[in-house]
Amino acid sequence: MSHADDNSSTRRDFLYYAAGGVGAVTVGAGVWPLVNSMNPSADVQAASQLRVDISGVDIGTQLTVLFLGKPVFVRHRTPEEIAAANAVPVEDLVDPIARNPNLEGDQPATDINRTINDFNGENTEEWLVMIGVCTHLGCVPIGDGAGDFGGWFCPCHGSHYDSAGRIRRGPAPENLHIPMVEFVDETTILLG
Amino acid sequence: MSGIPHDHYEPKSGGEKWLHKRLPIVSLMYDALMLPTPKNLNWMWIFGIVLMFCLVMQIITGVLLAMHYTPHVDFAFASVEHIMRNVNGGWALRYIHQNGASLFFIAVYMHIFRGLYYGSYKAPREVTWIIGMLIYVLMMGTAFMGYVLPWGQMSFWGATVITGLFGAIPFIGEGIQTWLLGGPAVDNATLNRFLSLHFLLPFVILGLVIVHIWAFHTTGNNNPTGVEVRRTSKKEAEADTLPFWPYFVIKDLFALAVILVVFFAIVGFIPNFLGHPDNYIEANALATPAHIVPEWYFLPFYAILRAFDGEVWVVIAADFLTGGIVDAKFFGVIAMFGAIVVMALAPWLDTSSVRSGRYRPMFKLWFAIFIVNFFVLTWVGARPAEGIYPYIALIGSAYWFAYFLVILPLLGVIEKPLPQPQTIEEDFNDHYGKDYGSSGGTAAAKPTPAE
Repeated sequence: MSHADDNSSTRRDFLYYAAGGVGAVTVGAGVWPLVNSMNPSADVQAASQLRVDISGVDIGTQLTVLFLGKPVFVRHRTPEEIAAANAVPVEDLVDPIARNPNLEGDQPATDINRTINDFNGENTEEWLVMIGVCTHLGCVPIGDGAGDFGGWFCPCHGSHYDSAGRIRRGPAPENLHIPMVEFVDETTILLG
Repeated sequence: MSGIPHDHYEPKSGGEKWLHKRLPIVSLMYDALMLPTPKNLNWMWIFGIVLMFCLVMQIITGVLLAMHYTPHVDFAFASVEHIMRNVNGGWALRYIHQNGASLFFIAVYMHIFRGLYYGSYKAPREVTWIIGMLIYVLMMGTAFMGYVLPWGQMSFWGATVITGLFGAIPFIGEGIQTWLLGGPAVDNATLNRFLSLHFLLPFVILGLVIVHIWAFHTTGNNNPTGVEVRRTSKKEAEADTLPFWPYFVIKDLFALAVILVVFFAIVGFIPNFLGHPDNYIEANALATPAHIVPEWYFLPFYAILRAFDGEVWVVIAADFLTGGIVDAKFFGVIAMFGAIVVMALAPWLDTSSVRSGRYRPMFKLWFAIFIVNFFVLTWVGARPAEGIYPYIALIGSAYWFAYFLVILPLLGVIEKPLPQPQTIEEDFNDHYGKDYGSSGGTAAAKPTPAE
């Protein structure tokens, strides 16, 4: 009998763990779709590309478009703004990374790495396209030379961005992010 | 319940006996209502009833508001105006609900600070305290999501900032934020789920309130002396306590009536005094208001969130030690939630064996600073994050943490407490005189001097 008891004990242990494991998997399989239902729905995911006409954006002006629920800043920069952005050594920046997904890997946050090529494939550093969401807590920074560095200023918690959208002072940890963007003709850019 | 000797419910009529054998619900309610309550409770003990009233009031007005509200980004703002202008008594429902949240938080802060001063969190009431903290956190979540529903500018941008807190979590933050919002930014999906949760959470709170009451009915109430009710005999217990009904119910209802006079004066005459005018501008994803402020009851924690920027040495140290995983943004989030966590841990951080702050001379001073600091943080949380304000916020935040993590543990070691009364009866008689309502007291045997 004692042998039989030992056997049944190990068998019982096995059944106990097996039942527990199956139960955990079943609960997980049941809960995951419920959790996943809160993720972005198909129509939200579908709206992922946008063409923007920028023919009216003169030098020294800025266009803001709503893309994926967030504002995107398209700025046609003046020579002064370009010069000011180039005057800053990369090693003096809070965030030395360009935050530009159009480039391979993490490039240094030089002015040329922050701006985009025009339709001819040439980067005049005139076109700066950024997601207008403060990297601190998601407010929309004020543009047109706002802040202490002639670029953008976030009114929520006082982050100052320079004329290349790079964080210079305040709580934000990163430069303003750049979306996937390219010129598809002389006066149109494609976001996403 | 409560281990304090007292009379229990005895079913008398045939019907009562029939029900009692099958479901002892009358007994449960009788024992809860007749709970022996320390007879020296002061006016700081009225807020439990005020909070219960607030919860019921918010649920009733909220259910009625939900009948007229439309949770869609295109209609939400207009449907709130529809409630204000077209729904019968809608303005009153909305203003009561809106200011009811403020009354709720005033009462909960008074309730929490009473617990902190009189040591209500100490053994054996730790579980009551922890459940109370859970209720408080749920209240904050509920209030935050409720504030989003009118879909004004402050609703939208408050939601953006607060859900952005979750995006600060390293590695998984962005995924969590998208999951919470149901999209890349605050939008219709967010508004819908916030209504769903805003409707659900008050009932979770109601459940926790029942557990909260159950917990302190098991341990018995604390009281201003912190001295336990004597449980050695029923006579002694009766000298220390009075039944909750009618003595404390009537007292609490009187206090509630006084509070409601002020409350309805505010609802009637200055209903938007505690609100923000920007929330009467419809939400706009392209324009951040010049100055985002949360509702007043979040301001102390908002100040703590903003206090830790990249120029504070602890933030720089944390950033360096974790190889950049804990950056300034995440540190601020940790600090804000940590401020509530350290408060929840007060039962284990406070080393003093004396429960009530009344008999702790040094504690009194530090506690007074803690209260002043709370108001300073509230004030500075509403200021813009520039000039001197971040430094004030930093000092205030440092004191908040120091109070729980340094002062409370140390005071128990270095402080010499004052003598405490032996019994609640003694404290009561010192206050009211021996002849005052002490019939049946253990000290009543003393001869009264001839006049």
